[in-house]
Amino acid sequence: MSNPENLQYTKEHEWVLVEGDLATIGITAYAAEKLGDVVFVDLPKVGTSTTYMKICGEIESTKSVGELYAPLDGEVVETNDSVVSAPETVNSDPFGAGWLIKVRFTNLPELLTVAQYNELTGEA
Amino acid sequence: MPQTPLHAEHARLGASFTDFGGWEMPVRYTSDLAEHQAVRESAGLFDISHMAEIFITGVEAASFLDYALVIKSSAIAIGKAKYALICNEAGGIIDDLIVYRLEENEFLVIANAGNRQEVVAALKERAETKGFNGVEDKSDDFALLAVQGPRATELLQKIVDANLDPLPYYSIATGNIDGVAGYLCRTGYTGEDGFEVLVPSSSSVQIFNALLNTGISACGLAARDTLRLEAGMPLYGHELNLHVNPFEAGLGRVVKLERDEDFVGKEALIALSTKDQDTVLVGLTGEGKRAARAEYKIYDGETEIGEITSGALSPTLGYPVAMGFVRKANSELGSEVSVDIRGTRLPMTVVKLPFYKRK
Repeated sequence: MSNPENLQYTKEHEWVLVEGDLATIGITAYAAEKLGDVVFVDLPKVGTSTTYMKICGEIESTKSVGELYAPLDGEVVETNDSVVSAPETVNSDPFGAGWLIKVRFTNLPELLTVAQYNELTGEA
Repeated sequence: MPQTPLHAEHARLGASFTDFGGWEMPVRYTSDLAEHQAVRESAGLFDISHMAEIFITGVEAASFLDYALVIKSSAIAIGKAKYALICNEAGGIIDDLIVYRLEENEFLVIANAGNRQEVVAALKERAETKGFNGVEDKSDDFALLAVQGPRATELLQKIVDANLDPLPYYSIATGNIDGVAGYLCRTGYTGEDGFEVLVPSSSSVQIFNALLNTGISACGLAARDTLRLEAGMPLYGHELNLHVNPFEAGLGRVVKLERDEDFVGKEALIALSTKDQDTVLVGLTGEGKRAARAEYKIYDGETEIGEITSGALSPTLGYPVAMGFVRKANSELGSEVSVDIRGTRLPMTVVKLPFYKRK
């Protein structure tokens, strides 16, 4: 699954879709594949503050635990409840229905471009 | 990093790889859960060629193994197998093994990949002590394929000339697999019926593909780990290590103390068998979806009483299962403990192993 052009990325394998002051955040297909079948997702509550590159949630597979790093400072305004009840969505549609949280932010830090992220994960 | 002769086949099937016991092994092909389920409901194929095959041959083979291991290998009938441990003088576990008796004077010992050098070295050293000269590590000559699941025997039979049905659990027979002579061992590490098929490395690609063509699904080590955990089977490096003795690991029944001959570790093991163990290995189950994983601490109230050795959200059962060592006083079935799961204490209950038993 190739990394969408319209997203920004972190070196910890989050993707960020920026629309105005709202950022939709998930983990990349690369991260989901490395984790294996996701069986449990622990997301921050709505209203929680996020801090740039601080852990704000967990994604567990049968084999391991992946951490969700906040790609920016802000406040969680929505979490994806359908992913909590069906964690396998993170594997089946990581860039779409498998989104995790929406964060309202004031400052957008410098994130990786799709080209930089492709380079990081060794994808063409 | 060493690779098995089937590495290119795994890559062709789209496997992700992981370091296991120093080997680059397929961790999954598509989905851990689907591969796990294939073994529970149908049949799965695992490449376990990283494991070590050590042949013990000679008129003194049986008496040598009686000395080298904690079991009485001389009592194994030809064509049968036994789970075994190789211990050091202090009674610590060097590895867990399966010993197959091929002939009156020929045994096959299968050891874990990560312990191959240690086991071969210990066997050779013990052989030298006994003036025995029949220990041969033939791991590189063989590929080992595990075919496991309720349909394993039926599907494997399609490419095997020998009649598999009458072979009992923990037995070994010779046969042609896709026309190639090999060994058929009715053993496994998944809690299901099935076989471990030992074939020449040079024919392994052909046989691997012939097995896939019968409808058996390729499965990776991730599924193998959750399968063996549900079946309550120990994994060396997790439940077992040099500083664990067989009695605390719940493997006291494996050690044959009541025999006249000497064996390595005998004195220490006799002493350990009568002593109260400080900690013992238990099974734990929890509620919800968060797994207790290896190295997480176990508590009784605020007192730390042990550590998890393996744990996962059980794919078959749907709740968290784990194994771990706890203080003897907390090891009774039904004991309530808590586990620190990355900063959150979650309750777990001591239960009888295995978590899963086939019908």
